[in-house]
Amino acid sequence: MNPVFFPFKIIGKSLHKFIRELGKMGCFFAISLFWMLFPPYLIRRVIKQINFIGVKTILVIVLTGSFTGMVLALQMYHVLIKFGAEARIGPAVALSLIKELGPVICALMVTGRAGSAITAEIGIMRISEQVDALDAMALNPYKYLIIPNILAGVISLPLLNAIFVVLGVFGGYLIGVVLLGVSSGTYFGGINDFVAARDIFEGFYKSLSFGVLITWISCYKGFYTGYGAEGVSKATTQSVVISSVVILIWDYFMTSLLVA
Amino acid sequence: MIEVIDLHKSFNEHKVLRGVNLKIEDGHILALIGGSGKGKSVLLKHIIGLTKPDKGKILVDNQDISKLRGKALKRLKERFGVVFQGGALFDSYTVFENVAFPLREKTRMKALDIRETVFRELANVGLSGAENKYPAEISGGMKKRVALARCLVMHPEIIFFDEPTTGLDPLIAKAIHNLIRSLQESLHFTAIMVTHEIPEVFSVADRVAMLYDGKIIAEGTPQEIQDSNNPIVHQFIHAELEGPISIK
Repeated sequence: MNPVFFPFKIIGKSLHKFIRELGKMGCFFAISLFWMLFPPYLIRRVIKQINFIGVKTILVIVLTGSFTGMVLALQMYHVLIKFGAEARIGPAVALSLIKELGPVICALMVTGRAGSAITAEIGIMRISEQVDALDAMALNPYKYLIIPNILAGVISLPLLNAIFVVLGVFGGYLIGVVLLGVSSGTYFGGINDFVAARDIFEGFYKSLSFGVLITWISCYKGFYTGYGAEGVSKATTQSVVISSVVILIWDYFMTSLLVA
Repeated sequence: MIEVIDLHKSFNEHKVLRGVNLKIEDGHILALIGGSGKGKSVLLKHIIGLTKPDKGKILVDNQDISKLRGKALKRLKERFGVVFQGGALFDSYTVFENVAFPLREKTRMKALDIRETVFRELANVGLSGAENKYPAEISGGMKKRVALARCLVMHPEIIFFDEPTTGLDPLIAKAIHNLIRSLQESLHFTAIMVTHEIPEVFSVADRVAMLYDGKIIAEGTPQEIQDSNNPIVHQFIHAELEGPISIK
């Protein structure tokens, strides 16, 4: 082959691989949605996964939510005071958390804690033939392994986001009101005046879509893991990296869409 | 009856199966022998319906499993039981939960009946008392027996064994072979067993087929295979280093 064409061959091959992977991921999601419509509906498995993705992440969310609110209040106060607008610390903290930081940080935390574990679990099941065993028993692996995770993600993320935002606002209160001396009425009054239902819905839609994205990517990477322990470890790393990047990219598109 | 007709399968450029033809009569145990990595498990996965062929047919009672979809495929698979190479037990479930799993998911049996059935099947494979252990806490031989109990609990008509004794010591391997033979005699299922265990397999199987170079090169009773003049079969079953099979 002419060496001049070599870079084009590499680019073409990578692009081809990327498009194929996207197509495969799309099919995987479409198949999951298709089987979601038909019984049996494995409610118990969904509840189990809500416990795994949602309940077991609460502690992480409590910590990150509180400290994010606290640091936001601290930073905002020192910026706002320059403009004599420190009374706006309440809405500044609340809006940042509700519209942006809550959904994004929550999603990143769930990716790190639950997304990686989902990929590893399904990956190990794949390489130890447990997925084949389900199939051989005439049981649909999508129904047992994929759909409960996607549904649990969709249910858990908005709830975790709500906890994150409430604790963040409370953390902001501790810094703004208790430590820096802004009045309590000003803090909550500002939130009441400036935060609209539309802002809350914006955060809700974002966390809902992040719930789908994280579980979709994590399940896909586990379901199509490579061979052996190395394959599973690679799939787990990829799942976390891809989920994190996709969350931030998707956040931009969601924001442009919702702001427009 | 199971009939494999001119089955071909390639993975990327690598041709694994190059026209496999095989017949398995009802109520027989067929042992599929052949070198490691030569496509025995791939052939088994085709017959079970886990993999689709590039070309060829797999007829199970005249239904081509490779063409079946949806409910028809599900109905056919419900007649199968599979004992995977590593047991494929669900590692987050106990032995009891593993054996109870198909009953809970596929039948409307009451909890008490499930309990009774699971205990009975575990006793049949000699595992009474291991109900509350996790797969990580039991030996390789016990795992295979749990997998066998999980398979038998649904009374399958056809059971596939993928190297049921690999990695086990000779005594446990013999015990598993005897268990398979005695269960087959009492339950009359059809079995296809992928194995490397020679000569033990000749005392378990009714028929033996050898897969080589993507094709079945010899098929017959254990005695016929042992008396075979085919140099490849002869070299393989006598574990001779010199011969037509090159060792890489």
